[in-house]
Amino acid sequence: MAEMPLLQVENLAVHFCLPVPVAERAMGRKPKVLKAVDGVSFAIGKGVTLSVVGESGCGKSTVARLIAGLYRPTRGRVAIDGHDVTAAKDRTRAIRRRLTMIFQDPQASLNPRWRVRDIIAEPIKAFGIAGDARETGRQVDGLLEQVGLAGADGEKFPHEFSGGQRQRISIARALASKPDLILCDEPTSALDVSVQAQILNLMRDLQDELGLTYLFISHDLAVVNHMSDRIAVMYLGRFVEVADAAALFAAPQHPYTRLLLETIPDLGMTGRDREAVAGEVPSPIDPPSGCAFHPRCPYADKRCRTERPELREAHSGGVAVACHAVEEERLPPAPAGGAADG
Amino acid sequence: MNGGAARPLLDVRDLKVGLPTRRGFLPILNGVDLHVKEGEVLGVVGESGAGKSITGLAVIGLLEPPARVDGGEVWFEGERIDGLSGDALRRIRGARIGVIFQDPLTSLNPLYTIGRQLTETIRTHMDMGADAAERRAGELLDEVGIPAAASRLGAYPHEFSGGMRQRVVIALALCANPRLIIADEPTTALDVSIQAQIIGVLKRLCREHGTAVMLITHDMGVIAETADRVAVMYAGRVIEDGTVAEVVRNASHPYSHGLMGSIPTIGERVGRLPQIRGAMPRVGAVPDGCAFAPRCPEVRDLCRAERPTMMGGRTTSAACWQYSPRWPDTAGATGPEEAGPGAAADG
Repeated sequence: MAEMPLLQVENLAVHFCLPVPVAERAMGRKPKVLKAVDGVSFAIGKGVTLSVVGESGCGKSTVARLIAGLYRPTRGRVAIDGHDVTAAKDRTRAIRRRLTMIFQDPQASLNPRWRVRDIIAEPIKAFGIAGDARETGRQVDGLLEQVGLAGADGEKFPHEFSGGQRQRISIARALASKPDLILCDEPTSALDVSVQAQILNLMRDLQDELGLTYLFISHDLAVVNHMSDRIAVMYLGRFVEVADAAALFAAPQHPYTRLLLETIPDLGMTGRDREAVAGEVPSPIDPPSGCAFHPRCPYADKRCRTERPELREAHSGGVAVACHAVEEERLPPAPAGGAADG
Repeated sequence: MNGGAARPLLDVRDLKVGLPTRRGFLPILNGVDLHVKEGEVLGVVGESGAGKSITGLAVIGLLEPPARVDGGEVWFEGERIDGLSGDALRRIRGARIGVIFQDPLTSLNPLYTIGRQLTETIRTHMDMGADAAERRAGELLDEVGIPAAASRLGAYPHEFSGGMRQRVVIALALCANPRLIIADEPTTALDVSIQAQIIGVLKRLCREHGTAVMLITHDMGVIAETADRVAVMYAGRVIEDGTVAEVVRNASHPYSHGLMGSIPTIGERVGRLPQIRGAMPRVGAVPDGCAFAPRCPEVRDLCRAERPTMMGGRTTSAACWQYSPRWPDTAGATGPEEAGPGAAADG
């Protein structure tokens, strides 16, 4: 790539040790290890949206939290604009300003005792962005208007707003430090659909206006399709497929991606029966050997059960897949996903 | 009025539910009209606070006091059930109307085995001996797709995964062969790939047993795939009622139309999602006239003054003045036909 990506993540992993009761520890039982994220690598260029999708427990939120510095990675490297920020000591004030986060539940992420004005002003003050109090106030008003609220709303408390308006406040706070990269962890999952549309539109408008880069975490493939340039599909702590949004929906490669696209209820599926896919997500504490997806995969063979597939460029350009069957070309041609029933 | 051939299985008329508070009576449902025919899947959709779940609870008499039914009628199998005593209602629940709630863990007793909970329910509602009931319990678990069903009867709820637990709850709801199942957000707590399995099981069993379903959910995707007919709720009323294909593709009410448009789909990518401005009014703050009027792109003075009743829309029935001869087409530059509800403009 000619230009340096804004965010570069290499082989990032975090393993959590699960506590063992004292009695069992005395008997020599080793603590179990939960590999929440087990080696993911990706890069996001400026102004691009990369989405991470997967079912609950796959580790997608943990990826965002690792990048935000909320967990210390077990191994791997995170770099912003080429600066290594993996270790906390490398996260200088200048770096931290450039990266903010929007959480799923705006109720929980806004301090109920603070006025909205103070919530939004906090990053401005912390990073010394405005010269004085008057300038801070002016910026807060500007941010409120930017997210579709009025300047007077700053005097209110978070509980006086609806869920959608609260998420607008979260977005205003995330924008306050003039960041380049926003980590969005399920920003619309707690909202009703008509409000979700308002927030998604707002986020896209802001991206166009300010040239923001988004890492977008979601379980909702339809939302992801709407928001993303590139999509990474995650399963049990690893990426199984990374592709451009259009390519992923038009020709899903990995069997898990195909399963997700086939099973998600969609407005276009009125009155049609579909094949239910058997099996459940295995426990990440005790993941299956080889390819973690093999117990649910209709194409699994001996190699899949023993050898873990690595993420490799597939024959068609720009798509990376971690699947032996795809590599050996023994999968049937990709079904044209939901894109066929437009 | 009894047993008329044309009478639907469940008929809810002008149902009103309210909550007495210190500041007066707070209306939650403002006259809900809906019906479910034999063997039909009715989807009840709406955003949170629209009154979907309250409707379901009021029908089976499970409203949490002090909320109470304040008017209207509920007819089931030709019998009026809204005024029945607790005992009489309990005999209907479980036996003739099954219930599935969102969280399977709260529907199952953690201290009893799955087998005990199933046999107990079966023997409460059906005349059956202990052995026969246990055989039936095994068959039911098998029907809902639990592998090695007979051997899992001795298991406790915590030994099952979320999807498996919801299958057990479906088995419980079905165990007395009810005519109607009320399913309140049955898949919302589950992962997407599991969700599809549960919908599949519910659909297949109800088709096989001829059971009607009132499926309450906020997820239009689930409705689109499962329901035969859809009732859209807004601010405590049903505002549109029609077949699923018509409501999804060609809704008559401006709210349903805007709602469908605002849902991103996997099939197509649009630059901007059409959005409805504002939010649904809170309980107790529903405006006079049409509750949607403050957000409606088509609003006229008539809408603010008078509340519309259900009228024949283009393809469905909708509570919207556009479909009344009284609709004034003077307010806009274009008549309602051209502008239509399609003009769910951005806010």
